[in-house]
Amino acid sequence: MSGAASSQIVVEGLVKRFGTFEALGGVSFTVAGGEIMGFLGPNGAGKSTLIRILCGLLRPSAGRALVAGIDVAQDPEAVRKRIGYMSQKFSLYSDLSVAENLRFFGGIYGVPRDRIEERLRFAIDMAGLTGQEDSLVATLAGGWKQRLALGAAILHNPQILFLDEPTSGVDPQSRRRFWDLIHTLGSEGVSVLVSTHYMDEAEYCNRIALINRGRLIALGTPHELKQQALTGELLAIACNDIGAALSVLQKAPGVRDAAVFGNSLHLMVDNAMRRAPELTDYLAEHGIAGATATRIVPTLEDSFVYLVSVSSHDAKETR
Amino acid sequence: MRLRRIRAISMKETLQIIRDPRSLMIALLIPLMQMFMFGYGVNLDVKHIPLCTLDWENSQTSQELLERFAASSYFNMQKAAANHPDIKRNLDDGSCRLAIVIPADFSQRLNDSGSSTVQVLVDGTDSNTASIAANYARSVIAGFSTDEQTRSIERKGGVVQTTTPVDTQARVWFNEELESRNFIVPGIVALVMAIVGAQLTSLTIAREWERGTMELLMSTPVQPMELMIGKLLPYFIVGLADAAICLILAVFWFKVPFRGTLATLFLTTSLFLIVMLCIGYYVSIAIRSQVGASQIALLVTMLPTTLLSGFAFPIEQMPMFVQGVTYLVSARYYVTILKAVFLKGSGAAELAAPILFLALYAVGVSFLAARAFHKTLD
Repeated sequence: MSGAASSQIVVEGLVKRFGTFEALGGVSFTVAGGEIMGFLGPNGAGKSTLIRILCGLLRPSAGRALVAGIDVAQDPEAVRKRIGYMSQKFSLYSDLSVAENLRFFGGIYGVPRDRIEERLRFAIDMAGLTGQEDSLVATLAGGWKQRLALGAAILHNPQILFLDEPTSGVDPQSRRRFWDLIHTLGSEGVSVLVSTHYMDEAEYCNRIALINRGRLIALGTPHELKQQALTGELLAIACNDIGAALSVLQKAPGVRDAAVFGNSLHLMVDNAMRRAPELTDYLAEHGIAGATATRIVPTLEDSFVYLVSVSSHDAKETR
Repeated sequence: MRLRRIRAISMKETLQIIRDPRSLMIALLIPLMQMFMFGYGVNLDVKHIPLCTLDWENSQTSQELLERFAASSYFNMQKAAANHPDIKRNLDDGSCRLAIVIPADFSQRLNDSGSSTVQVLVDGTDSNTASIAANYARSVIAGFSTDEQTRSIERKGGVVQTTTPVDTQARVWFNEELESRNFIVPGIVALVMAIVGAQLTSLTIAREWERGTMELLMSTPVQPMELMIGKLLPYFIVGLADAAICLILAVFWFKVPFRGTLATLFLTTSLFLIVMLCIGYYVSIAIRSQVGASQIALLVTMLPTTLLSGFAFPIEQMPMFVQGVTYLVSARYYVTILKAVFLKGSGAAELAAPILFLALYAVGVSFLAARAFHKTLD
């Protein structure tokens, strides 16, 4: 997976400042050919900024980004010919039909004339829009729009795809279908860099980069991340007053981290079997009775929350 | 630069024009409206000045004088006033612009001493109209005086000398009837092209920003020059259609003589259109909002074209400093060309200087517009 020769994207110490605000604070990673790399992080973490730099839409303040072996800051036009991009906001022309949109982007990307019909057919089939070629894009439902946008982005057979939160606001079935398409592209050798804030989607990626406050806080396969993040075992606590229980448990012996998860608490402890009864007793001593503790298998979300809280904590201490 | 990309952009832009009723309306209704509004509204001829009279004498002679006013097409006899307060009221409320007061001893003094006076009261609020009206009144009275003099000499048995030592024989060229509409309507064509041209393109980049399509467009390999040419091309065609509408109205509706060639008109209109389309495009890049861009475009094209192009207000009568400024207004050259092509029938050779200036202007503005677009979000 690594090794500069097969890397389609190489990012080294990338920094982006907007005035005094540092949106990216020295990010480094590589993406190999055919690899699906997920960028996971809260809103404002710097995901869009990173993708925009890689597409040549923003100039980096420091550091270097090579896309398809080309320095983006030096020759953005050469990069643009080799990439496909889906911006966070849907950005096809809604007053144009499906076919008109695709024809437009085919022309802009210079898809050879003798191949344009074939590529159009491919994109329409892929998006599941057969028979709707002449419908105005404005009339399409969200899932179809997203797949059409993906179709428009791959008309010219780019080897690298940048997808900025492509599935936000799309129903679960459409998301599932969208990810199937991404996997097909990956298996054909296309490198995909995709940002998302859906945890379940991150599991579909070959590798995940966790990004928070403009810094990479973890990078690895979904499995590696869970291992790396969780230096203990997880307990789920169900009780009445979650807010009060959280502040009590944060000071309890053996608890490394505590966070609210829906209507329960997730605790990272050194030993789940031993701490479960201890902690329910501890809660009772502090006036919260009837709590139950069960050991759970960590999800990516658990490690994400843990890693973000650790990195935010570190950031505060170094300040 | 690739033709393929220019074609793709033009095609897309054309489809968007067809599907956006607002831009089509701007393109086709505004020229019609403006031609009629300005064609009828801006009229510098002083005719049918409303006139009221106060005849204290009411003799045959005084009535003869007043009949001369009634017969003149410059005046429109309103009513006979009964007294001075009546006249004051008429001038105050604007129902009359000019009043003639004939004294009670008018014909008597004329007979006795051969000389009498008539009072002419003029509403001076519009100084231009007032001085023209006073001049017309003076010449009507002068004509009456001459005839009256002849008659009195004849009555006394004298011989009247019928020749004047020096006589002016003025002949007006190019606008023989001195019809102000003939010289204003060609100027309106420039005004319409300026307003519509810049309006059309002022929306084109701002629309991409507002609809969120700009970011994706910038991530493609499209070159700024390709984008500009591709986007302006359909509007250039629309602009020429507007020019045709204006020309047809000018010649067939307003009956303005067209003595030049269509080729000269087409060449110069194309140049002026390029200037205006590029100004609108530039504004669109700078403002990024459709409403804002369209208002700024209106401001920077309509004001200078109306006031400083010489379309209705002669440049030679402006202060020196303002005259200097008019050289920066592209419409100045186009209006000069239009008036010459319409009324004088001038060709490209006679108009080489203004055509050259217009061409330089077009090159300069399109260069600036193409360079204004940057493919980054910073």
